[in-house]
Amino acid sequence: MPEWNKPLPTVVGETRAYWDACRQGRLLIQHCDKCDEYQFYPRGICSHCWSEAPNWVQASGKGTVWTYTVTYQNRTTGFDQGPYVLALVELEEGVRMFTNIVECNPNDVTIGMPVEVTFERATDQISVPYFKPAL
Amino acid sequence: MVDLRRAAAIVGVHEHVTRYAPDKSELQIQGESIIKALEDAGLSKKDVDGLFTASMSVRNSGLNLADYLNMYPKHVDNTTVGGGSFEFHLAHALNAIHAGRINVAVITYATLARSGGVSVGTGGVGRFGHPRLDPSPDSFEELYGLTTVGLYAMIAQRHMHLYGTTPEQLAEIAVAVRHHASMNPEALFRDEVTVEDVMRSRVISSPLRLNDCCVITDGGGAVVVASPEVARNCRHTPVWVLGTGEAVAHQGAGKRDLIYIAAKQSHEPAFAGAGVTHDDIDMAMIYDSFTITVLETLEDLGFCEKGEGGQFVSGGTLRVGGKLPINTDGGGLSSNHPGMRGIFLLMEATRQLRHQFDGTPRQVPDCKIALCHGTGGALGSRHSGGTVILGRD
Repeated sequence: MPEWNKPLPTVVGETRAYWDACRQGRLLIQHCDKCDEYQFYPRGICSHCWSEAPNWVQASGKGTVWTYTVTYQNRTTGFDQGPYVLALVELEEGVRMFTNIVECNPNDVTIGMPVEVTFERATDQISVPYFKPAL
Repeated sequence: MVDLRRAAAIVGVHEHVTRYAPDKSELQIQGESIIKALEDAGLSKKDVDGLFTASMSVRNSGLNLADYLNMYPKHVDNTTVGGGSFEFHLAHALNAIHAGRINVAVITYATLARSGGVSVGTGGVGRFGHPRLDPSPDSFEELYGLTTVGLYAMIAQRHMHLYGTTPEQLAEIAVAVRHHASMNPEALFRDEVTVEDVMRSRVISSPLRLNDCCVITDGGGAVVVASPEVARNCRHTPVWVLGTGEAVAHQGAGKRDLIYIAAKQSHEPAFAGAGVTHDDIDMAMIYDSFTITVLETLEDLGFCEKGEGGQFVSGGTLRVGGKLPINTDGGGLSSNHPGMRGIFLLMEATRQLRHQFDGTPRQVPDCKIALCHGTGGALGSRHSGGTVILGRD
C-alpha cells in the first residue's frame, strides 16, 4: 500500500468511537434520545437541545449527493494531482457530511445520485469513509 | 430595539493603494492608513479611543497593533469572523460610541497575501505547511480536500441544480464589476471583459472558473468612526450608520440548508433598524469573493426572490445607471482582495455617499443611502454575514 500523504484526522475522546468504527468498516452518527434528532459531525454534547449524552448509532451508509464540485486546483499534498470530487452527501438519516465521491468518473457525478459508504485504510489506526455510486 | 440611527458616522477613510508590498509589514500598512484616514477626517492620534482590527496572520492582532501604534485604547475589538469582520466592527463601534465608552474609533486591516504567496482560494489546508487538523470540524472535512473556491463552488452547483442558474449569469457579475474597475485607476485589473471571456477562463472548481474568483493582493486601509458631536466638526459630510445586523451560518449539525446564507438573517435587523426599504438603497457594496457570493447575497438580502438571482443580475442591473449598482470600485473580483475585504466595502460606500466622484461615470447619481454586506468564511461550510446601511443627510 502506498504511503498515505493526505491529511489525517486528530482523534480525541468525543470522536474516538467514530474513528474506531471506521476502522471496522462501520459509519457511526449520533442520535439524541431527549430531542430525537441526529447530528453530524460527532460531538460530546447534543448541539440541538444541549443535553450531555447523545448516543452512537450505526448509519445505513446509504445516501444521495446533496452537492459537489470537481476540484482541479488544490496545493495541499495528496490533492494536487488532478481532479477529484468534493461532495456533501445527505445520509438516509437526514444529516449531511463532507466526503469524496470515488470509484467513478468525476464527470459522472450528479446531484441526487444515490451513493454508499466505502472505507479506505490510511494507517493502522485510521480508515477514511468515502462514498461511491450505489449499485 | 433602541433607535441607533445616526448614533455614529464614518468620518474618515483611507485605502492603501498598494497591491504588492513585499517590503512592508502589515503593521506599517495599518499605521500609514490610520494616519491618512485621520487626516481625511480632520482628527489626530489624541482623538482616537477605540481600536478595531482583525488579521489573517497575526495572533492577538489588536494587542500587537496597539503596541505598534503606541496607543492605549479604551475599547479594543478583535472580532475575527473572516472577510466580513469589518462590518461587525462597525456595528460594535456604533454600540460602544452610543454607550458613551468612546468617541472616535479606528477600524483597520492589512495583509501581505500576494507578496507572501498565500493561495487563499486554492491552497487548501496545506497552504500553511503540513497540517495538523483540529479534532473537529477539520478532522471531518479537511480529509476530503476542501478549498475555499470549492466550498463556494458547491453552493453554486446546487443553485444551478435547483433554479437553473447558468454560468453565463454568474459571468454577468464578473463583467459588471470589471466595468467598474475600468474606472478605478488603482484597480488591479482594468481591462473590460465579456461574458465570453469569463466562459473561456479555466475551471478551478466546477462550476466556478478563474474569472468567477477574486484577485489576491496585498493591501489594507483604515476607517474612522465618530460620535455625532465629533462627526459634525469633521472635514467631510458625515456618513451616518443607519442600521446594522450580524449573523453566522453553518452546517447546523448536518441539517441546515446552506443554499440560504447568513445574509438571510443579518439583513432584517439592518433594514428594520434603519427604517428603510430595498427601494431606498441607491447602491450596494456586496462582498464578491466569488460571483456566486454576490448572487446568493443579493437573493438573501431580499433584493430578489430566492432562485431569481440569475435573472436579476443580467441586463446591466449591477452597473452604475442600473437598478442596483454594486462594487463601483471594481470589487474583490477586479480591484483588490487582500485576504479579507470587508473594510473596503465601507470605504467605497463612504466615497459614493460623499459624492466624491461627481462629474465622472463612477459616481452613482444622487447617492443618499448605501448598503454594505460582508461575508467571511465559506458559503458551503460556515460563514459570517454583516449587513450595514449607511446614509448622508
